[in-house]
Amino acid sequence: MRIIYTDLLCIGAGLAGERVAIEAARAGFETICLSLVPARRSHSSAAQGGMQAALGNCIKGDGDCPDVHFQDTVKGSDWGCDQEVARIFADNAPLAIRQMDHWGVPWNRVVPGRSCYYKGGEKLEKEESEDKSGLITARDFGGTAKWRACYCSDGTGHAMLYTMDSVAVQHGVQVHDRTEALSLIHDGERCHGAVVRCLKTGELRAYISRATLIASGGFGRIYRASTNAVINEGGGQIIALDTGVVPLGNMEAVQFHPTGIVPTDILVTEGCRGDGGTLLDANLERFMPHYEPEKAELASRDVVSRRMQEHMAKGLGVKSPYGDHLWLDIRHLGREHIAAKLREVNEICKNFLGIDPAESLIPVRPTQHYSMGGVRTDKDGAVYGLKGLFSAGEAACWDMHGFNRLGGNSLAETVVAGMLVGRRVAGFLQEEDMKVDTALVRGELKKQQERIDILRSSTSGEAPFEVRNRMQDILMDYVGIFRNEKDLHLAVEKLQQVLLSAENLKLSSRGAGACPELSLGLRLSGMVRLALCVAFGALERRESRGSHARDDYPARNDRDWLVRTLAFWPGGRALPRLEYEPATKVVEIPPGERGYGGCEVISAES
Amino acid sequence: MNRKLTFSIFRYNPQETGSSPGMREFRLEETENLNLFVALNLIRETQDPSLQFDFCCRAGICGACAMVINGRPRLACRTKTAELPEKIVLMPLPGFRLVGDLSVDTGAWFRSMNERLRSWIHTDENFDPDAPEVVMDNQVAEEIYELDRCIECGCCIGACATAQMRSDFMGAAAMNRIARFMLDPRDKRTNREFFEIVGTDQGIFGCMGLLGCHDVCPKNLPLQDQLAHVRRKMGRQALKNILPWYKN
Repeated sequence: MRIIYTDLLCIGAGLAGERVAIEAARAGFETICLSLVPARRSHSSAAQGGMQAALGNCIKGDGDCPDVHFQDTVKGSDWGCDQEVARIFADNAPLAIRQMDHWGVPWNRVVPGRSCYYKGGEKLEKEESEDKSGLITARDFGGTAKWRACYCSDGTGHAMLYTMDSVAVQHGVQVHDRTEALSLIHDGERCHGAVVRCLKTGELRAYISRATLIASGGFGRIYRASTNAVINEGGGQIIALDTGVVPLGNMEAVQFHPTGIVPTDILVTEGCRGDGGTLLDANLERFMPHYEPEKAELASRDVVSRRMQEHMAKGLGVKSPYGDHLWLDIRHLGREHIAAKLREVNEICKNFLGIDPAESLIPVRPTQHYSMGGVRTDKDGAVYGLKGLFSAGEAACWDMHGFNRLGGNSLAETVVAGMLVGRRVAGFLQEEDMKVDTALVRGELKKQQERIDILRSSTSGEAPFEVRNRMQDILMDYVGIFRNEKDLHLAVEKLQQVLLSAENLKLSSRGAGACPELSLGLRLSGMVRLALCVAFGALERRESRGSHARDDYPARNDRDWLVRTLAFWPGGRALPRLEYEPATKVVEIPPGERGYGGCEVISAES
Repeated sequence: MNRKLTFSIFRYNPQETGSSPGMREFRLEETENLNLFVALNLIRETQDPSLQFDFCCRAGICGACAMVINGRPRLACRTKTAELPEKIVLMPLPGFRLVGDLSVDTGAWFRSMNERLRSWIHTDENFDPDAPEVVMDNQVAEEIYELDRCIECGCCIGACATAQMRSDFMGAAAMNRIARFMLDPRDKRTNREFFEIVGTDQGIFGCMGLLGCHDVCPKNLPLQDQLAHVRRKMGRQALKNILPWYKN
């Protein structure tokens, strides 16, 4: 079997993975990125509306600075984030965006003079100043005090990813695309690389690396309905959890985006509401100002999604063969604005709904969108539990998002964390050598080969696709936006049964080469373990915080739950082992009111 | 009454001994709003779990799912069965190495293209972390973004007669990409340097002007204009190279 040596192995070639790779390559190290798909098809490309960075160039962002960005981020997280990390993030975002500009991202710019904009349904006027002309501009997003989301029309992630990959090509970062890491090679203390399956040929390889990075994105596809790309199945989190020594942080913190379209669950950007779009109910009435007088449609995502759900539960949703939904109205923004600033939305509406958003309402409802939880790291991106293992981006729980991520903060995280973790990785590579233990490598290769052989020759068990669908339905039914003890109990019980099925599958194909049935079969039990981390973590967290909303514990409880869940899964267990650590060591802003969402708080002093 | 659709799909798994290339038929009842993303996944889940195809974002953003649908290169995720007759013929995109069935290796092709084009900003200026960004006119930014929207799906290559005849032809995606860098004031390359890259038969002079690329581009990129623009620019540069006194 093939063995490949490298200094840095990045598992994932989206924005975060490539940004780390570039930093290591520029320091002179050999760097290989693995990717399930060609690098430029990574899910980063689907981020639409913008990247938050406190530049304060546009007039509605006047007076913005990293302090305000930091405060918005902490409030957005419902005080679940690590404040030291949120501070590092906000301080570095302006630098990171300017570097992306230097590398070639065509950011939209400030155009001086008077122009119209919409807030809610209302038409207003602003005047951009002459001295900021040609600097990077920004649009409004939810949960922010200033217009801070910098953008390229609504293809921001695409433009950033293409630029990032072009710099990766420039610096000779290798991308081994259509490969999937099946396990990490480790001795319980240090990571030595990964065992990887080629998705072109089915070949198994070992990559031996002095440093390994997990930057494989989120795991939204454990849900049946998700805005995520089909590749977001949690591969990186699975191989970390499988080590038994690496914890996943806050897996119960799952974000539902207010505007997934119905049907198909494709995202339309928060920029629609940022630019003045409104949400309407079955009576074509605007309802958000009623629930959130201050922020209306531009409260944080967790809050807007909850309010939408609440409103539909009152019978005010629009009935459809695909279930209830609400309307997103951007008609008043005008055809010209939509064609220039909301191009993807325009295309998505035309191609997937057959409607023209300048004339028709867009059917939307809250849809699984983002994983705040992930591979737990320290502030340098070093993973808990294994030396030589790092993580960045959505795959990681670095933890600047806590229990709710603000729109535009994920693109920003990928390039800020990528830059900073990249520096740390380069420093690690300067200092740290490794003795290669060939028995360890061969042992892990053999273990994975055996898994493949067993699966291919299995004569009894269920079909992988059926078991996956069952897992997805359980999460949809019992681990959604509003949660309670009874449902979560049921979810955990049912998922444990599904786990047994997932560990005993039978293929109906021969599983030859890059067979997709075999690929799913190999990752399915891991996906169910992630699902159990989500459901069990949610069951145990007896409070409501950000996106984790418990009907039976509606208050945010800072007295007992200002903590981060750490889920470990040592071999042979039926459930993860949960531990807790303080949400933040540094407290710049003590827990308080968010200013939206109207949630009761049990204070730490009570 | 829902239509009964017949999918005739190209099958071949080079990794499986005994597999030989051929067409295989699958039947599916049409449902409302059915598109090829849903249809192909249904076929895989219920009829043949070994069927290979590529989807990623399934929203027309990532470019993974280009294939030849009833004779025309298109994005499968965006194609509704209602637009097609009852018999739907699916073939892998030509011009790329076959991985299996409908799946082709676009990643290696485009990586190689981007390496040959040296498609990154060329500048001697170092990034100054303490300085504000260099100003740019918003209109220029929007013009660059217009061309930057290419998703490297490969439809233009699949529809290109030159690319089918010579495997080293870089195609419309490459010419559009280089036009994007020509537009960008941050890229300091001269026309002479661009000429070194695309002033060849593998580049702009290999184009026969059939413009199948323009017809099939799912992002409606202005490929016809860009091919003409790059050709004109490089033609003038060619003259300049041999007649030093020639001015544009």
